[in-house]
Amino acid sequence: MPNTLYDKIWNDHLVDQQDDGTSLLFVDRHLIHEVTSPQAFEGLRKSSRKVRHPNLTLAVVDHNIPTTDRSKGIDDADSRIQIETLDKNCNEFGVQLFGVNDKRQGIVHIVGPEQGFTQPGTVIVCGDSHTATHGAFGSLAFGIGTSEVEHVLATQTLVQKKAKNFRVNVNGKLAIGVTSKDVILQIIGKIGTAGGTGYVIEYAGSLISDLSVENRMTICNMTIEGGARAGLIQPDQKIFDYLKGRPMSPKNENWDKALKYWKTLKTDFDAKFDKEINLTAEDIVPMVTWGTSPQDVAPIDGKVPNPKNETDIDKRNSIDRSLQYMGLKPDIALKDIKIDTVFIGSCTNGRIEDLREAAQILKNKKKAAHVHAMVVPGSGLVKEQAEQEGLDKIFINSGFEWREPGCSMCLAMNADKLKPEERCASTSNRNFEGRQGRGGRTHLVSPGMAAAAAIAGNLDDVRKYQN
Amino acid sequence: MQKFNTLKSIPAYMPIVNIDTDMIIPKQFLKTIKRTGLGKNLFFEMRYDNDGKEIREFILNNEPFNNSKILIAGNNFGCGSSREHAPWALLDFGITCVISSSYADIFYSNCFKNGILPIILEEEKIKELSEYSNRKEEIFINLNEQKIIYGNNELIFNIDPFKKKCLLEGLDDIALSLEKSKKMDSFEKELKEKKPWIFND
Repeated sequence: MPNTLYDKIWNDHLVDQQDDGTSLLFVDRHLIHEVTSPQAFEGLRKSSRKVRHPNLTLAVVDHNIPTTDRSKGIDDADSRIQIETLDKNCNEFGVQLFGVNDKRQGIVHIVGPEQGFTQPGTVIVCGDSHTATHGAFGSLAFGIGTSEVEHVLATQTLVQKKAKNFRVNVNGKLAIGVTSKDVILQIIGKIGTAGGTGYVIEYAGSLISDLSVENRMTICNMTIEGGARAGLIQPDQKIFDYLKGRPMSPKNENWDKALKYWKTLKTDFDAKFDKEINLTAEDIVPMVTWGTSPQDVAPIDGKVPNPKNETDIDKRNSIDRSLQYMGLKPDIALKDIKIDTVFIGSCTNGRIEDLREAAQILKNKKKAAHVHAMVVPGSGLVKEQAEQEGLDKIFINSGFEWREPGCSMCLAMNADKLKPEERCASTSNRNFEGRQGRGGRTHLVSPGMAAAAAIAGNLDDVRKYQN
Repeated sequence: MQKFNTLKSIPAYMPIVNIDTDMIIPKQFLKTIKRTGLGKNLFFEMRYDNDGKEIREFILNNEPFNNSKILIAGNNFGCGSSREHAPWALLDFGITCVISSSYADIFYSNCFKNGILPIILEEEKIKELSEYSNRKEEIFINLNEQKIIYGNNELIFNIDPFKKKCLLEGLDDIALSLEKSKKMDSFEKELKEKKPWIFND
């Protein structure tokens, strides 16, 4: 029977399957961080269980960590306790940790690929919904809850039921100024925030193959915003080249064996998908969200919707509620929306290519005087690379703050947060109510669009700012 | 895990779609290293004003809903972050059953790990049940019979048989899986031969 890439990875990891389809799946790679792991380790301790394979587990601190100078420790007591707890747990259970002072520290979904911990054909899990990011390498990667984190630590397996197959084909070429962030925002706008619930999405088509590895990660990263737990892309030579020589990539003879296997990871040409949609890259323009769900998305030259035009009452109420929260009037042009803050970073757009994209727009330009703007590199290594390329200088000269790596204002668990009614153009992944700080208003955009907004002081079209 | 058998309560109805886990429990409460104590911060931003005072209009701040064990909500409940703090907060508040027309996958599976029953019903039935919230009347849930009894009516809901069994018996997932440790051992042995790079030995 012809199989999809998802089917193949699934079948290859089945430890056990009950008659009702409930399956025990082997987990090759487990990423953990300080926020969703303490209760899992506590559970192990209470039941006198060990971590079954500490060497298949990698821990980082990212969610809670300050992005300002950390040399004098962490002020916030709760954050500090959580970070110290991870340190203690990793020590006790023998798990490798990239701690606060490690140059390799960064956002879990940026660190995994960077280290070569993320590999094609593997099952990768993490107590974080943006684990789908790793699907860009042709792995089955998804977020899990803390009870499941404990289960994986104890058994290196996970209880799962198989999802359905959904393929999103994007063909053609993107216009200048249009990025993979715009592609995924467009996809989410099209399928809706629950459109992928119960599915694993495979992204395919000529555009997807043309994208760089990092741009593919941006697409897979936001799969969860379309409701699907995992999104993946068939691995190709770009992926293999990216992984070659990374610290945790297979070496020597193992590399050859791995490569041979990775090259078999393809959806059969006659495989059946339960759902399939097609997009044309040429139709995609720079996108921006106007509401409080990632599906509330529109082209930058569009307008804020008018709830009166919506016939479905639930949808109308939902638009009403969003606009009230966002402090926006119906029918105004998106480009007329003034912003207070710009945030460039996160597991969606905190990689070196994202920083290059923003810096390219900001070169020799200043941010608008009233805008507070910050860049938070996705990892210590991204930061180092950016500094070698002089990107930090471009950002600083434009008036941006250049910060230490972490999740930062994407979820505002640390001190980086919006004040009530403060409006932000953000390269992160969620524009939920209160996500970036209580009462804060988020507009999701690409790094180039965030840079354009910083210069203009309002949402603006990045295509006007091409250097 | 606490067993789930039957439940009787006046349901609280929140007619909002896409209630995300950031709404259920905002990030500032994720700094805990415990599972308990989150109930007071459930729906924090909808529930309290900037000065920390309870917002009168919010349903869970009012009798009898401050004691509701059943929450009825709009579709795609629990979308967003994977934080298990969301079901922990519901549980700590006292809510052990959620009724919606759809859930986000991760939240849905997190419920079952914590003795919370998430019931899926058609929109039409949700509207019918929401009347019991409006009228402040109890509804009755029987998991074993997969039944909701409301007034003189009853309806049957669907649930995965294995998940149902785990809830009814309060089974520990990890203990169940560890019963299959022989299968795990042989899987790993084969894996080491087939894909030696996975273990990096």
